[in-house]
Amino acid sequence: MMLSSLRIAERRLPILGQQVVRRAFHQTVQRNSAGAAAATADETREMNLFTAVNQAMDIALASDPTAIIFGEDVAFGGVFRCTQGLAEKYGKDRVFNTPLSENGIAGFAIGHASVGGTAIGEIQFADYIFPAFDQIVNEMAKFRYRSGNQWNCGNVVLRAPCGAVGHGGHYHSQSPEAYLAHTPGLVVVMPRSPKTAKGLLLSSIRSPDPVVFLEPKALYRTAVEPVPTGDYELPLGQAEVMRSGSDVTIVGWGGHLKVLEEACDMAHGLHGISCELIDLQTILPWDVDTVVESVQKTGKLVVSHEAPLTCGFGAEVVATLQEHCFLSLEAPIQRICGLDTPFPLVFEKYYIPNALKNLDAITNVMDYGR
Amino acid sequence: MIAGTLLRRIATRGAAVGGRLPSVNAARYFSSNATFDVEGSFETHMLDTAPETTVECSKEELLEMFELMYTMRRMEITCDNEYKARNIRGFCHLYDGQEAVATGINAAFDPEDSWITSYRCHCVALARGGSVSSVVGELFGNIDGYSRGKGGSMHFYNKANYFFGGAGIVGAQVPVGAGSAFANKYKSKPGEKMNVSVACFGDGAANQGQIWEAANMCNLWNLPMIFCIENNRYGMGTSIDRHSSIQDYYKMGNEIPGLRIDGMNVLAVKEGMRFAKEYCGSGNGPMYVEMMTYRYHGHSMSDPGTTYRNRDEIAFTRSTKDPLEFVKKCLVDAEFMTADEIKDMEKKIRKDVQKEVLKAKESPVPPHEELFKHIFATNLEPRSGGIEYPPHIRMPNYENSFWIDGKKE
Ligand SMILES: Cc1ncc(C[n+]2csc(CCOP(=O)(O)OP(=O)(O)O)c2C)c(N)n1
Ligand SMILES: [Mg+2]
Repeated sequence: MMLSSLRIAERRLPILGQQVVRRAFHQTVQRNSAGAAAATADETREMNLFTAVNQAMDIALASDPTAIIFGEDVAFGGVFRCTQGLAEKYGKDRVFNTPLSENGIAGFAIGHASVGGTAIGEIQFADYIFPAFDQIVNEMAKFRYRSGNQWNCGNVVLRAPCGAVGHGGHYHSQSPEAYLAHTPGLVVVMPRSPKTAKGLLLSSIRSPDPVVFLEPKALYRTAVEPVPTGDYELPLGQAEVMRSGSDVTIVGWGGHLKVLEEACDMAHGLHGISCELIDLQTILPWDVDTVVESVQKTGKLVVSHEAPLTCGFGAEVVATLQEHCFLSLEAPIQRICGLDTPFPLVFEKYYIPNALKNLDAITNVMDYGR
Repeated sequence: MIAGTLLRRIATRGAAVGGRLPSVNAARYFSSNATFDVEGSFETHMLDTAPETTVECSKEELLEMFELMYTMRRMEITCDNEYKARNIRGFCHLYDGQEAVATGINAAFDPEDSWITSYRCHCVALARGGSVSSVVGELFGNIDGYSRGKGGSMHFYNKANYFFGGAGIVGAQVPVGAGSAFANKYKSKPGEKMNVSVACFGDGAANQGQIWEAANMCNLWNLPMIFCIENNRYGMGTSIDRHSSIQDYYKMGNEIPGLRIDGMNVLAVKEGMRFAKEYCGSGNGPMYVEMMTYRYHGHSMSDPGTTYRNRDEIAFTRSTKDPLEFVKKCLVDAEFMTADEIKDMEKKIRKDVQKEVLKAKESPVPPHEELFKHIFATNLEPRSGGIEYPPHIRMPNYENSFWIDGKKE
């Protein structure tokens, strides 16, 4: 799926360097499919999302002697306890605190990774990724391209907790995936659950391209499910059909999928509507084929995300889908997103594209033209 | 000599007092000055001059400082309680322990001097003319809050008093402060002292790249800018020896002169900042000021503050360096007030703070339209016909657009 979506990109953008990107992803997919197969045989244990993330990093440190973890307060476990116990287990020279310097953290990661080290950096909140934006966009994402493939920093992963928590206000709530996804060369991932978080994080750490890994912080403690205890990877650039259905396709990612599941339940319970729910998992490069295939079947699409509507990643999904599914579409595509306001404090509940707003959109597309 | 000891007291009895003994009320009419020793409160870097080693302070002024500081302390303790009662949500950074810094800066500053600070800004908002009810109201998310309830803990601003606010992003306030320093220089009249700008930031923030950028600009252009590092010894859970290769923060500006001040001594802060304001306002360029201070609470409400530092350290600071105990001692030593009078005053302030909190609780949450207000200069009105928000950001300039009739002119 990954390859064909890149083929689409290739057709539209016959530029030099595309070849390189394709090869990189080809490798990931191959190794990942092997990893995923191994995972099914694994034992599982109930755990929450921060424990799953912690396990992934534990495995990375154990299996890769060049892997290091750094960020603000990570030696003490970090604000969300994701790195708990790792400094004790692997030593202070592999898991260490940095000064309060996000741009420094990102640049430092590139340096370590460019000579073959695995650099796992933490940006304490996704809202603070903006001070690091220059290094991420101008240095990290383009290192391979601008050096004609002499250098790369594929071994970088920057993790950052993102999303709404109910009371985070302006600077502890944002979801910056769309800003990042506007950056060719960067892989942007957002898992929805402990199990996907662990597999996707391990893939991200081992991916030959730099990854920004956005973790829905509202789920760190609240999302609990059985997670394989061993080493496994989930493929990057591949969406997952979480529920198959026949009437409407719903596309989302990250913690917001909880809301979308609720909307699907309501649509089914109240109106008997059968929704096909797709988790994009990787925002960039995204899995066009899975969504196209689904919309060709259902003829209707609702895209929903927590970040503001205008220029949100939903806009990209919509633009691509109308191109590929023009004749299959039976209703205008709906975007149910955060409002075009700064992330509000007291108004968070109005800002959020909640289940009811999504239910509305689902019934609207069902009723369209009737 | 121990810093803060009373040197001498010049008392003049006000006529209104007559022959009565000073009581709490009578004390108000009793005006006097005292001189305090602040020697040992300063260290300098690249400076030929230094702050005075004595500070003269009138009774009124010292009382005012005490009142402000005790109000700060009570307000922060109240915030802690209200947070635990879940009346305040979200991120909330308390200032108790650091009261002398904001109070001393305020005492040295003119209202027209610019001030910008970090998210730890409740008490600067108070110093810069806010009421307890407007600060706490903001934390409750109510319309009468400092920022109409829209910002919460890190977001207080007071344009009338040149308070540019709290900043949620560590270090982001500093280049903004540099711009306001430039504005102060730009608008100053020839031959007159300039108003200065102060940007307060933490020891952790001090190593953010943008601070170096601002420092270079200010030095290059000789701006009246005070880089004020509130060194409370920790950036969240990381102590200064673990996050900074230089711990003499006042020397961090290299070429920029520096001053280290005992930030628990409000008189030293006032004198040090008077000196810095005089120096920078006279066109000598910027200064780095380091305030040696301490925060009693954890970094924010989710941090108990005891995992990365031991309880003894906190208790020791409280018992030997508390900024409020210091002012109280000054008041008593100068015979401005008796210990009993201070107790009465504290009682009154506690009551006032409680009243203000009740007042804040009566304020309603902001109306829904507020969500769409103040994003652009023109408010975005919800569209009629059920769409909540217009899906546009920017209108094209039709007059200049060559797309208007599909062809280029
Ligand atoms: C750019 C950025 N990175 C990280 C944070 C999270 N954060 C908020 S305060 C803080 C510690 C700051 O310490 P310091 O500068 O010493 O100020 P203090 O809290 O001690 O007043 C951190 C890491 C942030 N708000 N902004
Ligand atoms: Mg600090």
